Amino acid sequence: MSIPHTPRNPEPAPVSPKNGDVLLLVGTMKGLFLVRSAGTRRRWEIGGPHFPGLSVYAAAWDARDGRRRVWAAPKSEHWGAELCASDDFGKSWKRPETPALRFPAEAGASLANVWQITPGPASEPDVMWAGVEPAALFESRDGGASWRLNDGLWNHPHRAKWMPGGGGLCLHTIVPGDRFGVAVSAAGFYRSDDGGATWAARNRGISAYFLPDPNAEFGQCVHKVVRSPGRPERFYLQHHFGVYRSDDSGDSWEDIGQDLPSDFGFGLGIHPRDGETVWVLPLQADSFRCAPDGKLRVYRTRNAGRSWQPLSRGLPQSLAYETVLRDAFAVDALEPAGVYFGTRSGKLFASRDEGRTWQAVAEGLPPIVCVKAAVVENAGGRAAARRRTPRSRPAKRRAGRRRRKAA
Amino acid sequence: MPVAFYIPAYLRPFTRENSRVELRQPADTVGAALERLWGLYPGVRDRIVTEQGELRPHVNVFVGEENIRFLQGFATELPDDCELSILPAVSGG
Repeated sequence: MSIPHTPRNPEPAPVSPKNGDVLLLVGTMKGLFLVRSAGTRRRWEIGGPHFPGLSVYAAAWDARDGRRRVWAAPKSEHWGAELCASDDFGKSWKRPETPALRFPAEAGASLANVWQITPGPASEPDVMWAGVEPAALFESRDGGASWRLNDGLWNHPHRAKWMPGGGGLCLHTIVPGDRFGVAVSAAGFYRSDDGGATWAARNRGISAYFLPDPNAEFGQCVHKVVRSPGRPERFYLQHHFGVYRSDDSGDSWEDIGQDLPSDFGFGLGIHPRDGETVWVLPLQADSFRCAPDGKLRVYRTRNAGRSWQPLSRGLPQSLAYETVLRDAFAVDALEPAGVYFGTRSGKLFASRDEGRTWQAVAEGLPPIVCVKAAVVENAGGRAAARRRTPRSRPAKRRAGRRRRKAA
Repeated sequence: MPVAFYIPAYLRPFTRENSRVELRQPADTVGAALERLWGLYPGVRDRIVTEQGELRPHVNVFVGEENIRFLQGFATELPDDCELSILPAVSGG
């Protein structure tokens, strides 16, 4: 089932990623953009918009089990939110006739938006999770064809007292593992140690100044959580004021944000191999929520939060009152790691050297709410292209003319 | 008493691209007519109503020129030979 493009909507520009390319899934308030580069990450090609006019708060890349699947969750203000998938980089999208991700009637709730799509580990290629608004976790065991509400979290006694943050009462972060973590705004961090059957709040040490008891068991406004590679008991957490680290799977949290110009922020990224390297993007708060002093700076720690260094080379340093939202910050898996973020004013920035230098990939996109970075697999590629039957001389001449014209 | 629906562009992939759907069986109320519509084309249901069966807030259903929000909602009785229009509200930013 395709998404209709009415004459008033733009046709999406295509991209054709190859193996080893970096693909950014950039969700905006007006559609999804697929942004491609070779692994050098010097030049970027922008495809889209897909789902023009619809907001896309969640997107994911799934290369497990030979797939090359892009997931997106377009939300129409009129017709609701749903999950769509493409196996050809957006040339076509599949959406079920009846949306598969929906609350059961007995839950007494209706899906408002999808905030997170998380494929499971490679060892479980058909497992997926989705975090939604109103705050709930869904699980799929058949690669996204059908979904089941996680009853353990939905029936948690705290849930009746959860209060929405500015974005709504949403489950926006999913950290799979034996000690499975989710974050809800503004309820805090919850962990399951039994595969999702039961959940417990794990917010000790996270100060919630906006509650009568700042050390309450739950009610924290957690913005993002990431897990350390190679050290599963270590988490980093960006709170509504406060950057924290836990070395005991969330049982306790230590404030590591004292050296930052502001410990308020939304996005948080972790290095794919070095669990002591983390990036944050501080925002001046509480209500302003823009880059401090109009200087857009990413901060990086190389020692698990004991010290932070500003990274600004290539980023605007005057009148840059930008806001970067919780899911608009991403890190790729290449060496050196690429770091990416998008702003509410539609600017997309990329670093191909772990934040040392930055380039503006796009300016003037719709407000960016989601950035995911993937290294493309299973797409065929240059090696595959070289194996094809050699082209005839006229075809080679035509290709040469096209290249010169493009240059 | 034929009842016909006007289907907006977004929903036509779920009605085999038909912009107009005529019901062959009678329907006394808007709710009954909608039930018949998604009996024929199940894909339109969840786009028009939520999981709880409520009309989505930015979707309007008109009987002739009257919005059912200002009538009796799904209980609005249908006259003979009427046309129902499903239309997205003019909203957004």
